[in-house]
Amino acid sequence: MVTVPEAETEFVKITGVRNDALAERERRLPPPAEREVVFGVSGLTVRYGDHPALAGVDLDIYKNFVTAFIGPSGCGKSTFIRCFNRMNDLIPSAVVEGSVQYHGEDLYGATVDPVEVRKRIGMVFQKPNPFPKSIYDNVAFGPRVLGMTDSLDERVERALNQAALWDEVSGRLKESALSLSGGQQQRLCIARCLAVEPDVLLMDEPASALDPISTTRIEDLMHELKRDYTIVIVTHNMQQAARVADMTAFFSVKVSEDGRRTGVLVEYDSTPKIFTNPGDKRTEDYVTGRFG
Amino acid sequence: MSAPAVATGLGEGPTRGRWRGHLFRGLLLLSLAVGFITLGTLLVDVVQRGFAYLDGVLLTSPPSSNPEIAGARPAILATIYLGVLLIAFTVPIGVGTAIYLEEYADKTRWYNRALELNIQNLAAVPSIVYGILGLAFLVRGLGLGRVLLAGALILTLLVLPTIIIAAREAIRAVPDSIRQGAYALGATQWQVISRQVLPAAVPGIATGSILSLSRALGETAPLLLIGALQYIAFDPTILGAFTALPVQIFIWTKLPNDEFKTLAAAAIIVLLGILLTLNALAIFLRNRYQKKW
Amino acid sequence: MATTEVIGPQPVRLRAVRRRWGEDVIKGLLALCALVSVATTVGIVIALVEPAIEFFRAIPFTDYATGTRWAPTFEPPSFGVLPLVVGTISVTLWACLVCMPFGLGAAIYLSEYARPRVRSLLKPILELLAGIPTVVYGYFALTFVTPLLRDAGLPVGVFNALAAGLVMGVMLIPTVASLSEDAMSAVPRELRDGAYALGSTKLQVSTRIVVPAAISGIVASYVLAVSRAIGETMIVAIAAGLQPNMTLNPLEAVETMTAFIAAVGQGDVPTGSTEYKTIFAVGLTLFVLTLVMNVISIRLVRKYREVYE
Repeated sequence: MVTVPEAETEFVKITGVRNDALAERERRLPPPAEREVVFGVSGLTVRYGDHPALAGVDLDIYKNFVTAFIGPSGCGKSTFIRCFNRMNDLIPSAVVEGSVQYHGEDLYGATVDPVEVRKRIGMVFQKPNPFPKSIYDNVAFGPRVLGMTDSLDERVERALNQAALWDEVSGRLKESALSLSGGQQQRLCIARCLAVEPDVLLMDEPASALDPISTTRIEDLMHELKRDYTIVIVTHNMQQAARVADMTAFFSVKVSEDGRRTGVLVEYDSTPKIFTNPGDKRTEDYVTGRFG
Repeated sequence: MSAPAVATGLGEGPTRGRWRGHLFRGLLLLSLAVGFITLGTLLVDVVQRGFAYLDGVLLTSPPSSNPEIAGARPAILATIYLGVLLIAFTVPIGVGTAIYLEEYADKTRWYNRALELNIQNLAAVPSIVYGILGLAFLVRGLGLGRVLLAGALILTLLVLPTIIIAAREAIRAVPDSIRQGAYALGATQWQVISRQVLPAAVPGIATGSILSLSRALGETAPLLLIGALQYIAFDPTILGAFTALPVQIFIWTKLPNDEFKTLAAAAIIVLLGILLTLNALAIFLRNRYQKKW
Repeated sequence: MATTEVIGPQPVRLRAVRRRWGEDVIKGLLALCALVSVATTVGIVIALVEPAIEFFRAIPFTDYATGTRWAPTFEPPSFGVLPLVVGTISVTLWACLVCMPFGLGAAIYLSEYARPRVRSLLKPILELLAGIPTVVYGYFALTFVTPLLRDAGLPVGVFNALAAGLVMGVMLIPTVASLSEDAMSAVPRELRDGAYALGSTKLQVSTRIVVPAAISGIVASYVLAVSRAIGETMIVAIAAGLQPNMTLNPLEAVETMTAFIAAVGQGDVPTGSTEYKTIFAVGLTLFVLTLVMNVISIRLVRKYREVYE
């Protein structure tokens, strides 16, 4: 195990996050007793066909936290995050076992409507996917299909403001969304999610297709958005996790005898702990760059 | 470095091989030429022959046993009516089937795969078999009689597989990321299809529909069996007897009097004109609105 | 739902407000559309098989299949279908002699020799050939090609199999060319590059590497062309003749299966008579022949697609 003073220097080296910023962030988080659970996951296993892509995951996602899932490729992080808004339903061969509770209610209950789920839990994808429509129509699409058509203009403006995109596009809302740059398109996709006033924002590697400046803007956005929303992000970039996340979950791959790979949750704790004093050797190996 | 002492021989090639290559290339070009020359000859011949008779009389008069005053008006009108009915029937059913196969059907189920195979086979059935189908069921079976509507229905069935295939391609071309984004916002399946997938697929569907329509309007054999009658001197109605333009051409061509053959050529010009316009429209739509994903 | 002030856990209601029965209705309607194609096939089968069975009850199948005289309206009538089959073969033969080599040649040129811009210009023009209505081709065969053959010294009748066959062949060139070209484009570049790197000429690469690699697609195009030739009606109805004639001599008039069906079908033959039923018997023969060829063609196309995609 790494001791604390050395750990802090190590942490700065790995993540570029200064100790005082880190301490500040840690201080602002509510203590464990006061944390509200948004998602309670227990015994979650996801199979495609008969092979489990992800097995036996237990963790809680807290309200107004940014939670990051990190780990090497193929460890099931994307599969996992898609369980939270039932996007795995769209894959015919996917089977979800175990339980995911959302504010105490079973997300996969027999009477639960996936459409209602996705109204409250939004998702941003790795590659920005604006609709081939105008900027305005992109943001307005969600409210329109969900019947939230009162004061549509205000909703659109508010969402674009929250996504820090309004100033750049306010004069050209009728132009095609495809004319925006990559970073702008991703912020548009975020605005699109925010327009339906969700509870949770899921982000699957939101900045991996973007240049460094756009990435920084998205990360700043996450800091602001977590005041109002609960954010879960998947990232293959450890430094990013260290910069934005309050809690970090590290996943790894377990290889069975016949060579099949299954993702497992190795460790889940506050970000500083994961990076400076990880409890599991696999975590330590990953964050110090010995593998992955 | 001194000049290379080795004769590389790169400047010369085996002459026999080169001639063979040229000859081969020439044969290939000849293959293309056969098609193009025939096409050109056909068009020139038809236009040359029929141009003189391409006038108001042709377009506005009913047929007659006197070639001087014979026209193709009922036939032209019938072809136009058939076109309208065809679009009204084929597009909803064809696009509906395509949406079902692409967005709803579970491809692992045997009946959905059989459905796809069935459509592929239907696309290759000879058109006269569709005529037999019409004869058996519509004209005599259902007692619809030898009417325009029966012709429209049979042409619909004939052309439906082609439209289904074109619509499926257009729908398939819409990237899945668009669907995912829409689902993630809480849209239902039909909302995703009607508000994102279909609008994006419209150019491809429109192009495919117009091309299929163009093919259907040139069909003769099924209409013959449906009973596009020989001699119609009045304007056609949907539930009345009819003759379409290709059938009129057929009739005139078979008449012994050579003047009718010239009339046939003129009617061919009209038919080709209609088809050319449709095809040009389809290509224009495709170039103007086709999205590059 | 979520606002900026959140006080404690919110009531969560994940059930749908009302069951989304609209979605089910839509799915049902769309499936109904899909059933139209099923109904079509069922209809074709019933329309053909039912009267055909009645026909074969009256006329022994061997008489039909091996008889050499086709005279359904004569007294006494004769129902040997071979003259129609031979007529179809005669025309199809000449069509294949045109479309198979020239179609393949066009495909090789477009796939291996033509520059992309030239290709994008030539392909649509070739497709035009396929877009001309068959009645126009029939007219052309009768009024232009037959006199042309006569002028060239061939003693062809007014109606003859040769003119119809040649014109049909030209009409089928795009069918062969486009499917063959698809198959050749699917051959990976690495195969060609490997051969070029060894110093092969274009001729050698095209004929020894590409064509053999694409052979299943090329054969599929040939099979499809034959199927289309067999099923083609208007060219033969206009230019080949309406007299059953059991000969492969292309200079003479013949009647094909399709021309026969067209001729009898448009007339006022009383329903239920044996003559009426001949439409269906011959139609069934035609349908079965083309179905078999189409299935073979589809299988071959699937084979080459599997290999490369």
